[in-house]
Amino acid sequence: MSKNLGLRAGIVAVVVIVALMYLAPSLSRNLPPWWSSVLPKDKIHLGLDLQGGIHLNLEVEAGKAVESNLERVVEELKHDLRKNKIRYLELKRLDTDGIALTLMRDEDERVFTEMFKADQPDFDIGTPVHAEGKLQFRLMLLKKAKDRIMRMAVEQALETIRNRVDQFGVSEPDIRPQEGHRILIQLPGVKDPKRAVALIGKTALLEFKLVDEDHSVDEALKGRIPPGDEILYEMTTDRTTGQRRRTPLLLKSRTLFTGEYITDARVQIDSRYNEPYVSISFDSRGARLFENITGQNIKKRLAIVLDNKVYSAPVIQDKISGGRAQITGRFGMDEARDLAIVLRAGALPAPVKILEERTVGPSLGRDSIEKGIKSTIIGGLAVVIFMAVYYGLSGVIANVALVLNVLLIMSGLAFFGATLTLPGIAGIILTIGMAVDANVLIFERIREELRLGKTPRASIEGGYGKALVTILDANVTTLIAALVLFQFGTGPVRGFAVTLSIGIIASLFTAIFVTRVIFDYFYVQKRMKKISI
Amino acid sequence: MQFIKPDINIDFVGKRKIAFLFSGALILLTLLLLVWRGGPNYGVDFTGGVLIQVRLDQIHSPAEIKKALKPIDLQDSIIQQFGEKAADEFLIRVRQTKLELTGLSDKVKAALGSAFGKGVDIRRVEMVGPKVGKDLRQKALFAIFYSILFIAIYISGRFELKWMMSIVMALSLAFVVYLTSSFGMPVTWLIVIALLVTLGLCWFLNLKYALGAVIALIHDVTITVGAFALTDREISLAIIAAFLTIVGYSLNDTIIVFDRIRENVRRFRRRPFQEVMNASINETLSRTILTSSTTLVVVAALFFLGGGVIHDFAFAMLVGIFVGTYSSIFVASPILLMWEGKIAGTAPKKGSTLNKRHAEGS
Repeated sequence: MSKNLGLRAGIVAVVVIVALMYLAPSLSRNLPPWWSSVLPKDKIHLGLDLQGGIHLNLEVEAGKAVESNLERVVEELKHDLRKNKIRYLELKRLDTDGIALTLMRDEDERVFTEMFKADQPDFDIGTPVHAEGKLQFRLMLLKKAKDRIMRMAVEQALETIRNRVDQFGVSEPDIRPQEGHRILIQLPGVKDPKRAVALIGKTALLEFKLVDEDHSVDEALKGRIPPGDEILYEMTTDRTTGQRRRTPLLLKSRTLFTGEYITDARVQIDSRYNEPYVSISFDSRGARLFENITGQNIKKRLAIVLDNKVYSAPVIQDKISGGRAQITGRFGMDEARDLAIVLRAGALPAPVKILEERTVGPSLGRDSIEKGIKSTIIGGLAVVIFMAVYYGLSGVIANVALVLNVLLIMSGLAFFGATLTLPGIAGIILTIGMAVDANVLIFERIREELRLGKTPRASIEGGYGKALVTILDANVTTLIAALVLFQFGTGPVRGFAVTLSIGIIASLFTAIFVTRVIFDYFYVQKRMKKISI
Repeated sequence: MQFIKPDINIDFVGKRKIAFLFSGALILLTLLLLVWRGGPNYGVDFTGGVLIQVRLDQIHSPAEIKKALKPIDLQDSIIQQFGEKAADEFLIRVRQTKLELTGLSDKVKAALGSAFGKGVDIRRVEMVGPKVGKDLRQKALFAIFYSILFIAIYISGRFELKWMMSIVMALSLAFVVYLTSSFGMPVTWLIVIALLVTLGLCWFLNLKYALGAVIALIHDVTITVGAFALTDREISLAIIAAFLTIVGYSLNDTIIVFDRIRENVRRFRRRPFQEVMNASINETLSRTILTSSTTLVVVAALFFLGGGVIHDFAFAMLVGIFVGTYSSIFVASPILLMWEGKIAGTAPKKGSTLNKRHAEGS
């Protein structure tokens, strides 16, 4: 082992240089421009708990996507049945499973079966049963199709949320799908968490519905809602008093037009009241459709509904062509801007539910870093002084290894693109405490060998040899615990597992390999007679 | 410089009865505390709920905050002073309620704002829904379980060269876990059963080192949990990480003593096991104390200077390292000795030498 000293010193030097290279971007802000072209330029990522930000765990209510899909099929069927002159008694959705259909005349069975099989490959038509003299079908959605709809819903939600976050302007967002229709979102450095969460969680389903002016709202409020109608509320703010009010409106449930045709949405300022509004444009198909709808309903009120909330219900003065519309509704500037973002990015295919939300303010993150660094330095200094006092020159050698160890952990984080969290800092501190363990083990062994009357050189040889197995054994168990933590942990805990794992491996290198090189230099190369330990 | 004289010879193992009594009392106390409190005091990570950390610009008492939260029906939440005394920071914990969790922090801010005026700074909000809470609880328990399992396997394989045995153990454990989980057993019981099975297997398969080590680490984690219950601290996700680190650390310590015992058993075949064990503990004593002190020093720095968020984590580590050091001397080794005694008692001489040959690892 005491041979190849030059080679071993070379290895140490290379490791140190590589480590410094990876660490440089995190330490210095103004590196020369040539640096980033050839050398690593990634800084150490700071976790949300250190730089502030939002951690969100959302569940896409994929069942709702299945429901709306079935509703659409019901509408299609209604249309097709009418076209084929098939009369039916009942046609309704069965939860998220399928559709129930009762035909008026048995003789329509053949026509319907042929039509349905051709048009709806996602369904199992089953065998109809006779009940109360009528033919009843239970058209069940195939499991494969159901799973596909749910998967698509999650994928589409993911895409939509990504779009929204991008437009909101967050640097380095982390958005990824997880098991069970969930989406994990990490937004570092967001200043206004409330607004970001509202923006992400909004379904943003834009619908245009007619106001039912033939029936009275008051009657409907008493529970007598005319068939095919619904009550939704409009939020209005009085311009003079500033009071907010909820006004009930009776609407026809049928959706005439949706936000799916939107190609662009922008905030503009109303010159009269100096209030922002959102102007939306449709694609050519949407423009044509919108022109028809407005043309057929002149002098009627058309309600603009977003997520079941009426924004405004203006009277259609004339046919609107050109594919443009405006959404007004007494917005604040931020509100209008966010509305434009969600309209541009599109609606979520199903509502999302917030399962977990963690926000850390930037001031707390700064405090944590400050305190973390302070305790690392003070704890580290205490250990360094102790080692030097207790073991003399050998202690100083161990301290060199210790400093190198911290350097390796930090550059290891940069190298693996891992995230440094507050528990991660704790992991580094802990590693400082435990890294000296290997050296203590070796030094105690060397002392034992010296007491047996061996020469310094032989004692070093013996000490390292005997301690090595023990050190490996002891560290493997901690490594096991750390790896299990990594596997099962999330967020900050994972950060802890990472620093601990890197720390253990780095400490094996520094405490065994590096110190040995230094020892060999002093006691083999320089042939020092007395060992300071 | 030296704290421990090289020729030190304390009869550690001889004091095992006192040690067992002491450990037993601590564990009993922990269990009683847990029963009395109705289980460990889980944080919002595991129970679901909301945790809000606020800083006010003036000094207020928790009672005042409670009063301020009354209008929004949160007077039952737990208010706790947080961090250094000078700063007026509080933790508000709302356990699972019927209230909608989303947007709760805004309500709290508004309520505090109307009571204390401006200068209410919401520094941290953690909202965990019941579903996620349950998931996290399961994950944490599985993490503890797997680390114990892997460690038991590693020790058996490494120390007694019984890799086959440890594979047998792993398979039977996996089988038991599969069986019990298919009955829909809650994870807590799963862990208890798995631990009992692990101990039973160690016993029957004659994996004495693993037995000692596993008992020691269960001992350490249990007492740390007890310390948490006693000081009314909450067990959060980060604390579970601390527990697992304690598991790693405790083993680290135990293994170093065990390694020395194995080495000395090989060297001094004629000396009685108890004597060899004592000698081994004494020889490693210097190292044990040094390493524990350096680790304790850094963790203490974290405990006192690291700030509120990491405070409980550091506390867990402090207790764990202390207990872990104690247990590797006073718990793990004596259990090894008792095992040897049992073998010697049932099959005098012969069993003992057989065992030693096993221990040598051929």
